[in-house]
Amino acid sequence: MILTWLKRLGTYLFVLLGLSVLIFIISRVAPGDPARIALGPRAPESVVQALREKMNLDKPYVVQYFLWLNDAIRLDLGDSLQSRRPVIEDIKEYLPATLEIVIIAGIWMIAWGLLLGILAAKFTGTWLDGVIRVFSYLGVVAPAFVWSIILMLVFAYVIPVFPSSGRISLGMAPPPRVTGMYTIDYLLAGNFAGFKDAFVHLILPAIGLTFGGIAQSARITRGTMVENSRKDYILAERAYGIPERKMLFKYLLKPSLIPTVSVTSLDIASIFGGAFLVEQLYNYPGLARYGMQAVLNKDLNAIAGVAMVLGCVFMIVNIIIDIIVARLDPRVRMLGGEN
Amino acid sequence: MTQTIVDIRDLYVQYRTFDGQAKVLNGVNLTVKKGEKVSIVGETACGKTTTVKSILRILAPQASIPRGEILFNGSDVLKMGYSELNKLRSSGASMIFQDPTMSLNPVFTIGEQMEAVIRYSGQSGVEQKSVRHELAVKALEETAMPDPERILQSYPFQLSGGMRQRVCIALSLATPRDLVIADEPTTNLDVTIQDQVLKILKQRVEAKGCSLILITHSFGVARETTDRIYVMYAGNMVETAPTQELFREPLHPYSRALMSCIPRLSGGGMAEGIPGRLSNYHNPPKGCRFAPRCPEAMPRCHEEKPESIDVGREHQVACFLYDKDGGK
Repeated sequence: MILTWLKRLGTYLFVLLGLSVLIFIISRVAPGDPARIALGPRAPESVVQALREKMNLDKPYVVQYFLWLNDAIRLDLGDSLQSRRPVIEDIKEYLPATLEIVIIAGIWMIAWGLLLGILAAKFTGTWLDGVIRVFSYLGVVAPAFVWSIILMLVFAYVIPVFPSSGRISLGMAPPPRVTGMYTIDYLLAGNFAGFKDAFVHLILPAIGLTFGGIAQSARITRGTMVENSRKDYILAERAYGIPERKMLFKYLLKPSLIPTVSVTSLDIASIFGGAFLVEQLYNYPGLARYGMQAVLNKDLNAIAGVAMVLGCVFMIVNIIIDIIVARLDPRVRMLGGEN
Repeated sequence: MTQTIVDIRDLYVQYRTFDGQAKVLNGVNLTVKKGEKVSIVGETACGKTTTVKSILRILAPQASIPRGEILFNGSDVLKMGYSELNKLRSSGASMIFQDPTMSLNPVFTIGEQMEAVIRYSGQSGVEQKSVRHELAVKALEETAMPDPERILQSYPFQLSGGMRQRVCIALSLATPRDLVIADEPTTNLDVTIQDQVLKILKQRVEAKGCSLILITHSFGVARETTDRIYVMYAGNMVETAPTQELFREPLHPYSRALMSCIPRLSGGGMAEGIPGRLSNYHNPPKGCRFAPRCPEAMPRCHEEKPESIDVGREHQVACFLYDKDGGK
């Protein structure tokens, strides 16, 4: 049991190491001279050369990688070329903002995905099932930024009930920094008006990110429940007179949740992916927008930093999902997932 | 006169499929008296499972019942409302399925599942967890399960097929029932434990004094376990007789053909088998459904459906050979 988890943890660390090599190679192979880009076209060659040496760009790639990795383990990801600050400082500032969106999006996605999936399964073949099916196709087909634009048009422009940009309203003072998540920090400071303001700024970008995930969880939940509802054990439980509601929410739902939960980690990854455009759209100062600008400016240290952080976050999400699946499925828990 | 537990009268069941309606049950009649053990014998896909599933109304959603009555203790199951039906399911009849690897929920422990069934059985005192637990332990002990406490904490995948089927038997008799339905309970088990499971089933049913409907395709199993046999062919009960009598004197040509399929220890080589195939349910023969395969078919057999004729005490056969008017 413990051995299984240790093995799994080892796998994750190995994947993370692989990711670091990949990021390093891509960032070094990409055309363009980072030192030149940083200093602009008019800087004298001698100054550019000095910066190259300072950034270790003159050393062999293998040496560069280990120097970079050695620093990275100590959380020293180098300086960002755009902000001229250590990358880790930028990440500390922007990551909580993105996490806030992703957490709300994740909760929203799981709740609606399950609800729609259960409804569609319960009312298989009825008009409700049809409506949910059409919605699911739309959710999968249209990318997150399309939904975000629609949401923004409807709820920030036509019916202006939600703000369309930033983390807090103009003129609001940010909360004293504890976690970096404004909603939590406002709450910790006892500022409920601030909490509400920060929260409404999260709603539209978070919801815009979830359509694809909701659609996918709803389809998978429905499919698994419909399939399982024909299984003998469900027939047997029905034949024993166990009330329908109990059947649906307990005996049918629990075995049917396993595939849905398993794909949730992919859905959360797609939420992060969608965030790159959506944060841009809502002018939201999060890690994804920071990463996007880093890519556009060929800010190598920042790109590597953002990619590694996202990699770590994704690993943590995966571990959590694995734990939930093990809670749900005794076969995974006791056989260590070998079966 | 003994009380009748189940009385199925002229039951028709059809399934909606891509090719149209499959008319599976074609006027089934079946009665089971209190304490009686009855088996239904027939080939695969002849409608045995459909017949018993309709008693509990757990047919697939594509199934419909255009005609017929199913009386359970005198009241028509097909006209029952939800609460009446639930009462029948929780305390009237229970069913043991064919494949024990599929008939227990994989993500709940045996204890959780048994206690849920006991919880909704309508017995007094089952609101208390300790009572439920006690009943579950007792039921497992009665099926000769070693270490019931450990079994209750196990998940289905931790038990062997034979143990799971014994759990199912325990489950079906954990609280009082009038009827237990067992749908080929031993088909998916190793030959070595088939007999053991069958004996436990028979012994439990007798000890509790409830009735049994056993579905099987083996005359041997039927002979060992039950008092009376129904022979089923393509959605019809073609013959029923007390077990001994049927073995001594099978009347319907199909029963005779089935009997001759049993390999005999006393030599004579392999059994012959019955030529032809089970009829197509989408476009079944107009008259007797066995007529196309019957060696003794008469012109009339292809035109009219034969009704059951009494030919002896509890012995009925649906065949024109035994009609007084003969095969005109």
